[in-house]
Amino acid sequence: MSNWAGERKMGDIAGIAAGRLSVDELSKNFDDMYPALDSKTAGIEASRCYFCYDAPCMEACPTGIDIPNFIRKIQTGNYRGSALDILTENIMGGACARVCPTEILCEEACVRTAQEDRPVTIGRLQRFSTDWLMETGEQPFERAAPTGKTVAVVGAGPAGLAAAHRLSMLGHEVEVCEARQKAGGLNEYGIAAYKVPHDFAQQEVDFILGLGGITVHYGQALGQEVTLAGLRDRYDAVFLGLGLGAVRALGLADEQVEGVYNAVDYIAALRQSDTKADIPVGRKVVVIGGGNTAVDIAVQTKRLGAEDVTLVYRRGADAMSATPHEQHYAQTNGVKIKHWAKPASLQVAGGVVTGVGFEYTELDPDGRLIGTGETFTLEANMVFKAIGQVFIPDPVTESAACLELAEGRIAVGDGGATSIPGVFAGGDCVSGGEDLTVAAVQDGKLAAHAINDYLANR
Amino acid sequence: MADISYNFAGIKTPNPFWLASAPPTDKEYNVVRAFEAGWGGVVWKTLGEDPPVVNVSSRYGAVNLNGQRMMGLNNIELITDRPLDVNLEEITRVKKDWPDRAMVVSLMVPCEEGPWQKILGRVAETGADGVELNFGCPHGMSERGMGAAVGQVPEYVQMVTEWCKKHTDMPVIVKLTPNITDIRTSARAAVNGGADAVSLINTINSIVNIDLDIMAPTPTVDGKGAHGGYCGPAVKPIALNMVAEIARDPDCNGIAMSGIGGISNWRDAAEFISLGCGTVQVCTAAMHRGFKIVDDMKTGLANWMDAKGYKTLDDFRGLASANVTDWNQLNMNYDIKARINQDLCIKCGLCHIACEDTSHQAIAAARVAGDRRYEVVDQECVGCNLCMHVCPVDNCITMERVDEGKPYMNWNQDPRNPHRTAAE
Ligand SMILES: Cc1cc2nc3c(=O)[nH]c(=O)nc-3n(C[C@H](O)[C@H](O)[C@H](O)COP(=O)(O)OP(=O)(O)OC[C@H]3O[C@@H](n4cnc5c(N)ncnc54)[C@H](O)[C@@H]3O)c2cc1C
Ligand SMILES: Cc1cc2nc3c(=O)[nH]c(=O)nc-3n(C[C@H](O)[C@H](O)[C@H](O)COP(=O)(O)O)c2cc1C
Ligand code: SF4
Ligand code: SF4
Ligand code: SF4
Repeated sequence: MSNWAGERKMGDIAGIAAGRLSVDELSKNFDDMYPALDSKTAGIEASRCYFCYDAPCMEACPTGIDIPNFIRKIQTGNYRGSALDILTENIMGGACARVCPTEILCEEACVRTAQEDRPVTIGRLQRFSTDWLMETGEQPFERAAPTGKTVAVVGAGPAGLAAAHRLSMLGHEVEVCEARQKAGGLNEYGIAAYKVPHDFAQQEVDFILGLGGITVHYGQALGQEVTLAGLRDRYDAVFLGLGLGAVRALGLADEQVEGVYNAVDYIAALRQSDTKADIPVGRKVVVIGGGNTAVDIAVQTKRLGAEDVTLVYRRGADAMSATPHEQHYAQTNGVKIKHWAKPASLQVAGGVVTGVGFEYTELDPDGRLIGTGETFTLEANMVFKAIGQVFIPDPVTESAACLELAEGRIAVGDGGATSIPGVFAGGDCVSGGEDLTVAAVQDGKLAAHAINDYLANR
Repeated sequence: MADISYNFAGIKTPNPFWLASAPPTDKEYNVVRAFEAGWGGVVWKTLGEDPPVVNVSSRYGAVNLNGQRMMGLNNIELITDRPLDVNLEEITRVKKDWPDRAMVVSLMVPCEEGPWQKILGRVAETGADGVELNFGCPHGMSERGMGAAVGQVPEYVQMVTEWCKKHTDMPVIVKLTPNITDIRTSARAAVNGGADAVSLINTINSIVNIDLDIMAPTPTVDGKGAHGGYCGPAVKPIALNMVAEIARDPDCNGIAMSGIGGISNWRDAAEFISLGCGTVQVCTAAMHRGFKIVDDMKTGLANWMDAKGYKTLDDFRGLASANVTDWNQLNMNYDIKARINQDLCIKCGLCHIACEDTSHQAIAAARVAGDRRYEVVDQECVGCNLCMHVCPVDNCITMERVDEGKPYMNWNQDPRNPHRTAAE
């Protein structure tokens, strides 16, 4: 696991410093993005739901939560019933309530969006119910009678945990191999801090593992401590929820200099800091990319106290994979977004980055992106690469057990079945996915059922 | 600008908006504030014999709906708990200071002629414009043989009304209790007793909710509750019907009516007036938001009257009661079908599921190229309006007349009626 390359030299570089803001300011800046609803406001919001028949919101939720039903139960004060409606379909309903881009999922489909451009705030209501249940400390699910089968799960991210939970409910024993020292995957190491503050990710992990029947082995990386062939030998089935391990490079000279970092590594360090006061940040920050990661790193560096944060994307706003809502959020946080420019060179002095040279871009008559030849330069103490992550296939392509790939990720069929019988996969590491937490949870859940069928028919 | 002043059974009022006899009219302080805010009149909180009654602590219960507070309110309060002399002295002073406003005094004493004669004499000295006989209070007083206990027995209503007419020249308004099967019997008794007007409705016997933790009704007084009187927006439909019943009863003789029950705004008031009321009385709405609401009531009513070309209240008073009829007089040939405006439809599916699960299976649910589409099946639609009511989008579902102007035919004339009275 690559560490954030800058950690060693930080203090020595001019223009980069930790603790630009007071601890109080930092704790405010990294607190809940949206405050929790109390029972009264939740009740009022719930009463805005029409309890649609064949509800469009439900169809738009990747995990298929019965949304009208859970919302109605908030209105009647049946909070436990509401939470169970959610968690039965989506064991990470609490995380999803916080991190789902609802504006392109359930809330976009909500009929109130069509009616008045103001959807029922499904995500916030979902959080109300799941928080309520988790605060009771209850473990609402039970395991079926033991099947005597043991399934290996690799990766304790949303996909792996969702699979493990459902497999355990179905009566199987589950052994999880996780490369890191904590479970949760990107919920713990990747999602923006203000979306899941107060150690929510670990509370949710504890809630999920509280079911029993799941043992997590930390520091066990596939391809290093364990191999796919070995797991196939030792277990009745294997589920792979590996996520994406590597970050795309810019392809510029000097990309290894101090001051140029991977956004995801930096965010991981930031997420592991309690106060954020120890996270160094540049005065002038340049972010390259157009997705959620780019938005997240831009907003978080701004909230750490960076003076100027500029996000540069090579195409127009419409082409950005960050939703309009997220782009707007970045802008209201003081991030400047520049479109139609691509990085051309890094300016370096004394082994440290000082700026980025950009070339303006446009579409040629065939719709291809080309440089215009005109350039500009942005001063920078820190440059973040956020142009996408890629899957590292090595651990699943060893000759002893080699999976078929598609588009650089694991190829899967229904229920996440891979090219090797008994090996299933889901989440970001499989091809054709959406790279969303909620989609990973759904993959894990469906794969658990597919594994259950596979084991029953063997 | 429309003239909204009125002469109600001989009582002049600058506008039809009175505060009903209740806490808002219990003291000089409140009533003066009401008059400053612009209320046309008040019915002073019901006076009784000394010693005054004593109230319990914890008095009101409420029905909240979807975050909206006080859709219905109930109370277990009694009549005024202040000495008679204090009330009379304040009434005298307020009437003197506010001569243009209507001052009506609500009364409730035991069901004997002497006490009624005595209290009427005292009220006359205050200069009040009229009295209202409280035959309606459903709790506390009825157990003592007053209030609803009188109002539920037509003979008593008539007898007490006669006593009052005998012992005072002031207009006598009889306030009716809704806790009775047929409101017309008590209204007729008031008419027969010589009443100048009736006012209705008083509160409805009610338990608003049960506290499931302590297993007792609310409001709860040290672990126990009693039934109370229900009022507020929730009771308006009941009040409107009772007003209409009296308005179209020949035996009620077109008696003047003061409408009460759930009136919160000018539109509610206009509805009561359209059924024949000359004034309206308000309690819950004022207890919810204070006296300032009368401003909207006055200007809203006048603006609406101007828009409609009504110059005085009498120009539209009672117009709707002419159109309240019996079911067997309705036109059996009238036929309407639901029409969905597909451009407005937001695909909530409520029209479909309501009709499918609970009515006539007349709205089909389909997918056209993946998109939801809800369509009316004309052969099955009976024109019940349910879909129109459940549809959350205004004017998305409308009812279209499809009978092509067939002639009027009521049930008595309908060949499908085995007991029809008219020739085919
Ligand atoms: C910066 C950032 C922000 C994001 N924000 C959002 C957001 O707001 N909303 C949203 O819905 N989605 C967001 N996403 C996407 C979302 O986090 C992922 O889609 C989701 O976490 C995928 O879950 P997963 O289980 O497939 O993979 P991961 O969450 O990546 O989990 C994979 C797990 O496998 C472990 N692992 C990896 N390799 C090995 C190995 N060889 N051996 C053993 N264990 C291994 C990892 O340590 C990790 O625990 C964001 C992603 C990033 C990078
Ligand atoms: C707290 C309270 C006390 C009341 N006391 C009396 C009363 O003393 N005499 C009376 O005739 N009606 C009394 N009423 C009934 C009101 O005058 C009125 O008839 C009833 O509340 C319906 O009107 P509303 O829906 O506007 O509240 C009382 C109502 C309430 C809420
Ligand atoms: S899981 Fe996400 S998409 Fe599904 S209902 Fe919840 S917030 Fe919406
Ligand atoms: S679409 Fe909106 S209104 Fe309809 S059920 Fe879903 S949340 Fe409720
Ligand atoms: S109730 Fe109205 S908005 Fe909903 S589907 Fe029917 S017509 Fe459309």
